[in-house]
Amino acid sequence: MTRTLDPVRPRTGGGLLLRVVPPGLYAGRPHALVERAYLVNRRAWMSVVSGFFEPLFFLLSLGFGFGRLVTSAEGVDYPVFVAPALLAASAMNGAVFDATFNLFFKFKYAKVYDAVLATPMGPVDIAVGEAAWCLIRGGLYSAGFLGVMLAFGLVASPWALLALPVCLLVALAFAAVGMAAATFMRTWHDFDLVQLAVLPLFLFSGTFYPLSVYPGWLRAVVGWTPLHHAIELLRALTTGDVGWGDLGHVAYLLVMVVVGVAVASRRLGRLLTA
Amino acid sequence: MDHVPGSLRAALIAVENHWTWYRRNWRATAVTSFLQPVLFLLAMGVGFGSQVQPGEATGGHRYVVFLAPALLVLTAVQNAMFESTYAVFSSFKWQKTYHGVVATPVTPAQVLHGQLLWIALRLLSGTAVFLAVAVALGAVTSPWAVLAVPAAVLAGMAFSAPVVAYTATREKPDSFNALYRFALVPMTLFTGAFFPLDQLPAWLHPLAWATPVWHGIELARGAAFGTLAPLPAAGHVAYLAAFVVVGTVLGRRHFHRRLTA
Repeated sequence: MTRTLDPVRPRTGGGLLLRVVPPGLYAGRPHALVERAYLVNRRAWMSVVSGFFEPLFFLLSLGFGFGRLVTSAEGVDYPVFVAPALLAASAMNGAVFDATFNLFFKFKYAKVYDAVLATPMGPVDIAVGEAAWCLIRGGLYSAGFLGVMLAFGLVASPWALLALPVCLLVALAFAAVGMAAATFMRTWHDFDLVQLAVLPLFLFSGTFYPLSVYPGWLRAVVGWTPLHHAIELLRALTTGDVGWGDLGHVAYLLVMVVVGVAVASRRLGRLLTA
Repeated sequence: MDHVPGSLRAALIAVENHWTWYRRNWRATAVTSFLQPVLFLLAMGVGFGSQVQPGEATGGHRYVVFLAPALLVLTAVQNAMFESTYAVFSSFKWQKTYHGVVATPVTPAQVLHGQLLWIALRLLSGTAVFLAVAVALGAVTSPWAVLAVPAAVLAGMAFSAPVVAYTATREKPDSFNALYRFALVPMTLFTGAFFPLDQLPAWLHPLAWATPVWHGIELARGAAFGTLAPLPAAGHVAYLAAFVVVGTVLGRRHFHRRLTA
């Protein structure tokens, strides 16, 4: 007979979340999962660092190579136009792949979460911890990319100071939705569906050319897609063309976060504790 | 000894093995091999291209026409990337199918030949579908563009053969990410596919010339636009063929070492 020597009670006074979430789902320790992710990634630092170069290569190639073919878009120089979009896209890509491929692998094959649940931690700790790690990693990439934009003179306004927190919001929104989607996946084949969602968003959300290229109905459709809102918001901040309407983009991203986290933690809880 | 297959037959048996698997699982790669290049052609060629004035930089063509043959080559090289890294690695390490095959009279070299032949067929089907879509989108103006397909497959194999040889030496898949980001992405972006090479600083040109992608793009574009002279064409083909040959020779050595030890 084994007995737990030191039963961990849900902490009292741990904030609203602890009181709302049923006991057993959340132990208030998502930082333990972040620490684990850090320890694992310290071994594979090369693959972490290399993630920074992909958007940089895109910026150099598209900004400066394309920039000779098309000198300006929406009234600004082409590199100024495309850089914030690449920033948003890289935040999305990083978050989605971390939240789907890595989560699925740990969930299904490495059985990391089964092990985690054998400790006092619950499914909500897992969801929050994974999301936090995604954010830390994505935040580092975004900060690096913003530094490069600054060095190339692609930042036109002090509003750009808000670009980093917005990048984190974008990453969180896509990570939350991606994580929720990953819990519905059965095999690796389903990941082609992730590609099928992410790639058109990357290519058609007004990333590389202004939406005025599209006919009216298509513009309306794209106007409802998530990456478009992220791009518009970041573009407004780095070019300084900020208005109250940009709060609508923030609201859109916040809704993604709330819905994604709610679905993901509920599904993880059901799948893991069943 | 009557049951020992000849070299060609053994390679075909290996291809049949891949085909049997692929027939049931092709959906898993349909988006990456067929849809991705088409979406790129739509976004970059049609969408972005609508902003580009046809001019000297695009050889006087509309941008989508300028882009299509180069994108055909990129499609082949990108498909070759996955097929030559994770797919091959899996056959060594995770599924160990190669180990199963060499327990039969098929030799490690024949396994390699079959694998390369299979990759070439995958590239051929991917580029052929892409060409058909490009024609449907009006991105192809000359029937000679058909020659861009063999050029793309050759360029893809020039990348694939050395990478397969490299994969055969790997015990862990960790370095494939770096290969993707530091070899494939720069080859995609800086070798003249999306804009002419002379828009980049001169010191970058020799790096681009060294890549199989640049030679493939020169061949494909030259064939499609009828601007290719016989001598440069022979030079590009020879350069790409040399990659295939060297990659295959190295691959035979590594396959033999890994599968007979």
